[in-house]
Amino acid sequence: MKLYEMTLKEASEKIKKQEITALELTQSILDRIKEVEPKVDSYITITEEEALNRAKEIDEKIKAGEEVSVLAGIPMAVKDNICTDGVKTTCASKMLENFVPPYDATVVKKLNAAGAIMVGKTNMDEFAMGSSTENSYLKKTKNPWDLNKVPGGSSGGSAAAVAAGQAFYALGSDTGGSVKQPAALTGLVGLRPTYGRISRYGLIAFGSSLDQVGIFTKDVTDCAIVLRELAGKDKMDGTSAEVEVADYEKHLDKDMSNIKIGIPKEYFVEGIDADVKKAVLDGVEKLKELGATVKEVSLPHTDSAIATYYVLAPSEASSNLARFDGIRYGYRAEGYDSLEGLYTKTRTEGFGDEVKRRIMIGTYALSAGYYDAYYKKALKVRTLIKKDFVDAFEDVDVIIAPTAPNVAFNIGEKTSDPMAMYMEDACTIPSCLAGVPGMSIPCGFKDGLPIGMQIIGNYFDEATMLKVAHAFESVTEFKDQRAKL
Amino acid sequence: MGDKILIGLEIHAELLTNTKIFCGCKNEFGADVNTNCCPVCLGLPGSLPVLNERVLDFAITAGLSFNCKIARNTKMDRKNYFYPDLTKAYQISQYDIPLCYDGYIEVEAEDGSAKKIGIERIHIEEDTGKSLHDATGDTLLDYNRGGVPLIEIVSRPDMNSPKEAYQFLEKLKEVLLFTNISDVKMEQGSLRCDVNVNVIKEDGRKSNIVELKNLNSFKAALKAMEYEVIRHNELLAKGENTVRETRRWDDSQNKTISMRSKESVQDYRYFPEPDVVDINLTEEYVNDIKNKLPELPDDKRKRFMKEYSLPEYDAKVLTTSKEISNYFEEMISKFSDAKMISNWIMTELLRRVNDEGITLDDVKFDKDAFVYLLKVISEGKINNNAGKKVFREMFETGKKPENIIKEKGLIQIQDEGAIKEIVVGILNDNLQSVEDYKNGKDRALGFLVGQVMKASKGKANPQMVNKLIIDIMKNM
Repeated sequence: MKLYEMTLKEASEKIKKQEITALELTQSILDRIKEVEPKVDSYITITEEEALNRAKEIDEKIKAGEEVSVLAGIPMAVKDNICTDGVKTTCASKMLENFVPPYDATVVKKLNAAGAIMVGKTNMDEFAMGSSTENSYLKKTKNPWDLNKVPGGSSGGSAAAVAAGQAFYALGSDTGGSVKQPAALTGLVGLRPTYGRISRYGLIAFGSSLDQVGIFTKDVTDCAIVLRELAGKDKMDGTSAEVEVADYEKHLDKDMSNIKIGIPKEYFVEGIDADVKKAVLDGVEKLKELGATVKEVSLPHTDSAIATYYVLAPSEASSNLARFDGIRYGYRAEGYDSLEGLYTKTRTEGFGDEVKRRIMIGTYALSAGYYDAYYKKALKVRTLIKKDFVDAFEDVDVIIAPTAPNVAFNIGEKTSDPMAMYMEDACTIPSCLAGVPGMSIPCGFKDGLPIGMQIIGNYFDEATMLKVAHAFESVTEFKDQRAKL
Repeated sequence: MGDKILIGLEIHAELLTNTKIFCGCKNEFGADVNTNCCPVCLGLPGSLPVLNERVLDFAITAGLSFNCKIARNTKMDRKNYFYPDLTKAYQISQYDIPLCYDGYIEVEAEDGSAKKIGIERIHIEEDTGKSLHDATGDTLLDYNRGGVPLIEIVSRPDMNSPKEAYQFLEKLKEVLLFTNISDVKMEQGSLRCDVNVNVIKEDGRKSNIVELKNLNSFKAALKAMEYEVIRHNELLAKGENTVRETRRWDDSQNKTISMRSKESVQDYRYFPEPDVVDINLTEEYVNDIKNKLPELPDDKRKRFMKEYSLPEYDAKVLTTSKEISNYFEEMISKFSDAKMISNWIMTELLRRVNDEGITLDDVKFDKDAFVYLLKVISEGKINNNAGKKVFREMFETGKKPENIIKEKGLIQIQDEGAIKEIVVGILNDNLQSVEDYKNGKDRALGFLVGQVMKASKGKANPQMVNKLIIDIMKNM
């Protein structure tokens, strides 16, 4: 087995036992990047020199007998909308093409403190808006399972990097499904925690009330490990929650006898591919065999979720992205003759089409005369959707559904049809609106492409969600499949 | 019913918290440009605001001082607009649920009666940065002020004369100072005031509301309002009307000048700030602030009148600032003649302090010295005129009063024997006057006293002199 093929946990054990060095491990990842990056295009920025220097530091610590974190010396990647001190953070936008933040996001700070080794910043849909990573201003990332297919979005770069062995794990961000959906399409474990579980400080905002940092790993154990490192209250983020963080890895076992699984009937309707549906339901059967009880639940406002999301997220985005005005940092157009002209020209030239589309939708939905009809109404529906989940979790511990309606689609297939693209996140959006945690794990293949099973957990109960995912994973072999490149 | 003037005020006051509203940057005036800035107050991508709880304390203190109700469940909102001094292109403010609402400030109406001017709301928000225009016409930006906490106080249009509005401002300023909420320095921008004025004629005709901005002192505000009322009346008299617009006061020309016409209302696209968690206040929290409220100027004034039997005028002067009222109360804890202290503070101390343009903290002598001076005067050890001389020197040099009195030999002669000696001498030299007095000419006594005082160089105790003259004359 090549070094880059290992899981985070395997690599970590070898480092701690000093069977391999962090430097060797990092070099293997950098070599792999060199080998496959021309085909996959996962990264916007590769931080080779910094990574090698850090790896050497970690090796010295380990040699000196210092106690190090499980993440120490493990190469990983960070989505390019998460701020990294001194390293370009572009949001895959012309607007921030040369933006170098003077500070680290809290998650980056935590990973650095744990000795993690960042090898690069990954490609994404511009400002995290999209479901295929085709909206990047800089490059198009390909699905490592089939280079003609999309990796999903908006964290497609992070997903592809892990799926292609270019990182042991990667950080993404999830507003309406941007971690879960690409995880499904690239055969990875992708987790979006409860809103407030992981600090958003340093994550460049898209929809503040929805955004969460998410995690891509090769298996559930790795996911549990990384979540434990990242979770917790951050005094720099007032919306982060003061809720105890469990040692998730310790909670992972196969005993499902106390687990009640809810199957929401609204997620197995027309529009969901038959093979996807079958793979997910087969997965539920496996969990039943392990002792779980299964019952049908109803989330009656599911069909309003997309409409609600596409009012709220763009509304917040229109405000969040207003700071990109060419005054203080980022792109500034040339040849303006007034302040108004500076703003208009800068934003016209700096933003891509999808971003502009959402800014316009949001500006419209928030404007006087439309606020009540759109924004306020959407807030009300959001409350109903939230209540759906609260009610459902009265009876069940987790909810299982498909992550994406289908497997990865062709590059270019949906770019001219925004509605078709928006439907990609139909299964992930409701739980994001509710703020409950969710994850995707591989549960099958169709035409050689991975299928994702979505497990939705109750508020701050990532432990149970991970436990169910782990049980499924331990009796199946999907996680061991690797994209052949 | 005559013509009616309607005036409403909108006041922004910067709060005197140590740090900014959403980050740990220092809140200070006058630092080097762009030195009190961090990713949060600069609104850098990815940064997040975290509400400084002290801002709530300050704003609630203001609300309670102005008799407002306090919202228990409220939130922050975003006010979206583009401007270079606004780092995020939105201001975090409060929209539909202000922290404090429905209050009032009491002023004296034109007819002398007490009048309550309504306060519609007080909300918290962040200040913006500052644009500086250099000689070449370039605009430079200083973001030190960005994120400084503000309260915006919005009055109802209840003021019916510029004088009432002026009083409202004075009272507001007093309370903000007394409660240490703001240093209310208009010239430094820590208090900013916009005025809305219009006039309704007896026949029902109304002038359009005009907004006055960039007022840099209360005096300027008063003059601008007076100017506007006259302008509105003149236009209405001519059958014309005012333009709905924003005007500024020009101090050099003593008139208001049009800044811009009221354009179509800006759409700020307010919506709840998702980055700041909702504000939910417990009764305990609000009560705690209520219990810690200092005595406010109006209450203090009433108490001074009652407790120390001071006239209203004195009580008003002594409560114009916390420093003065504290000074007075510290004095009275050491010396019980309230009226005497009041007189000396008003006529000597405050006059000198104001003339020198200093604060009470800068006064060179301490209160014990001042008390000593008042005591020796009241005990008749030195007379009032001598006391003023001593005070002047204390004020200028900070020397102890007992030393000044000794050096200048100002102490009165209290020794009866010594005075008697002088009296006997004077009486013997002025037998005609003694005779006159005995014949019922009272004026002669005054003359004799004057002669004795003169002979003692003004140092003899006048009461003693009087008594001795009469006693000795009886036996002559």
